[in-house]
Amino acid sequence: MSLLELTGVTRSVRLPDDRLLEILRGVTLSVDTGEHVAVVGRSGTGKSTLLNILGLLDAPTDGEYLLEGVPIGRLSARERTRRRGRDFGFVFQQFNLLPGRTALENVAAPLMYAQGRQFWRRTTLAAQMLDRVGLGDRLDTMPEKLSGGEQQRVAIARALVRGPRVILADEPTGALDVETGQEVMGLLDEIASMTGAALVTITHDLAVAARAQRHYRLTEGVLVPVDLGGAGHEWVGDVPTLPGARLPVNPGAVAGVPELARPVPAQVEP
Amino acid sequence: MTGLVGALVEAWDELRLHKLRVLLALIGVAAAVMAITAVTAVVQMLTQAYTEAGERSMGRQVTITIDAYPRSEQAAPASELDATYAVALERYGITWATRDWYTSVPFRFPDGTRQVEVRAVDPDLGTMQRVGVDEGRWFTDADVDSYAPRLVVNDVFLESLGAGGLESHPTVLLGDETPVRAVIVGVTARRWPGEMASAIVLYDQLTRWYTPETSDGWGQPVPSLKVWVPPEAADDLAPLLRRDVAAVLPGWDVQAYDNRDTGTGALDGAARWVAFGVGAFALLLGGLGLVNIALVTVRHRIREIGIRRSFGATSGRIFFGVLMESVVATAVAGLVGVVLAVAVIKNVPVDTLFGGGIQDRPPFPVSAALVGMACATGVGALAGLIPATVAVRVKVIDAIRY
Repeated sequence: MSLLELTGVTRSVRLPDDRLLEILRGVTLSVDTGEHVAVVGRSGTGKSTLLNILGLLDAPTDGEYLLEGVPIGRLSARERTRRRGRDFGFVFQQFNLLPGRTALENVAAPLMYAQGRQFWRRTTLAAQMLDRVGLGDRLDTMPEKLSGGEQQRVAIARALVRGPRVILADEPTGALDVETGQEVMGLLDEIASMTGAALVTITHDLAVAARAQRHYRLTEGVLVPVDLGGAGHEWVGDVPTLPGARLPVNPGAVAGVPELARPVPAQVEP
Repeated sequence: MTGLVGALVEAWDELRLHKLRVLLALIGVAAAVMAITAVTAVVQMLTQAYTEAGERSMGRQVTITIDAYPRSEQAAPASELDATYAVALERYGITWATRDWYTSVPFRFPDGTRQVEVRAVDPDLGTMQRVGVDEGRWFTDADVDSYAPRLVVNDVFLESLGAGGLESHPTVLLGDETPVRAVIVGVTARRWPGEMASAIVLYDQLTRWYTPETSDGWGQPVPSLKVWVPPEAADDLAPLLRRDVAAVLPGWDVQAYDNRDTGTGALDGAARWVAFGVGAFALLLGGLGLVNIALVTVRHRIREIGIRRSFGATSGRIFFGVLMESVVATAVAGLVGVVLAVAVIKNVPVDTLFGGGIQDRPPFPVSAALVGMACATGVGALAGLIPATVAVRVKVIDAIRY
């Protein structure tokens, strides 16, 4: 039994003009404990929606999502929220640290929604986690006083402080330079492996994606497996695949790059 | 348990982070609470002052007065009144009672003998009508048996006597042909300019030493009986007393009435409503300011709310958290307002502002403080409802990207 298992998941929204926009189409994906999976794709292809569904922030329109074998549709909204806090840790591109709170308070914030010892020992646990990501000397520093890499390390510490079973990283290096990005990903990989948490990274940075054990490409809402270690590179055409290379946001910006995802939404009959 | 503690900690953190905003929002609430608390307290004191003023002239609630008048010269003699009253008091177990007889008695002043208005009473009158003695003391039960009559006089009387004060233990001759030396034990202040000399004497002592010439005559004033009874007993007692007294005094017209409609409640009610209206309006303004700022703040915090939802914060927790911010803040503001109100009331001589002063100055009314705190917390809860509803309506995925 997989930790997370999506089967034929579709997510669509109705537009103001009553058209149906399909963001995800028949997505099938399974993630096991301790596994690192990467999903690449250009902006607007549904990567974040996929991550939101995986993290129980959103729900599929159709298809099945099993969380440890239990269909999430059977879980009450309260239980989904409880599982989200307990089993998932989110790392966002823009760090999303709480303003006005110190690094320590930010990392302790998820523990406010924990129970028992985790709640009462939240400050100690947060300090330990910050120490683990190398920020043991910056506990009382405000986020705006930290560099981008440090802020993302705080965000990683915050994502991990409740000991989640899955870490969902949405463009974790998107706001960082190449070197810092690699450093942060190294840390994320390391801590995820140490804690045995599954890591799902969505990115358009091929170097970041290449760190994963399994790779997927999301195009027009369709998820297909790719191998970034060899033949899988052909889909990026002549775009460099060196570490740190990224998929162009606008296909027209790089000559000769095949169009991977159309920015216009797919239309289907309502 | 952790949920409640967590929500409170979160609320407090929010307030700590936004001290200035909170302070600005809460100044109005604190001022309003202070106003409503102080006004409530002042109204209570004003009511007390008004009640005491009423009780000084009409007796405490509820005082029943039995007046008896002979209808003809053939009526039973007035001397039977005392025994009749005593029987009635004993029958109904009435403990607070006084005879009250307005008459005039000759006193020998340095400039000659003069008739002075005298009120002959029992010692209970001092409590029943809050008789204020400015110097000396009121009568005690022991005075009834003392040889020389005791007097409580007004200061006009004392001045007429040429005595400076009670230090010289002034006495005065009471009566004309066979006078008795009366001892002045207390002095009351004059209540209005041009007041004539007057004295209060114990009824039993006066009748022992002096009988006014006209006291037994038909058409002359006779003592009333005043009794202070529990309000719930007044309705039953008044007709019974009237019936009993009338039964043993044939030919007398006996009336019994109480002082419940003397209007002390009217001021109480009206002033309370005015105070409540002013306070409620002030609180409404303070609350609106709070709602305004809370709404703006929630808009600024939408992303944060989304992030917290990703941590596992339920919509109930978010709602409660935002609501608690408002409640905690206004509760603190309310406390500040109540403390300020207590400080003002304690340091302003409120009782002297009410003229005659208050005999039983009430302590700062706990009810006023509770009303203030309840209003503040209530306004906080109401003001928090709107932003809390806005907060839970935010879609998590939109909020994170906000």
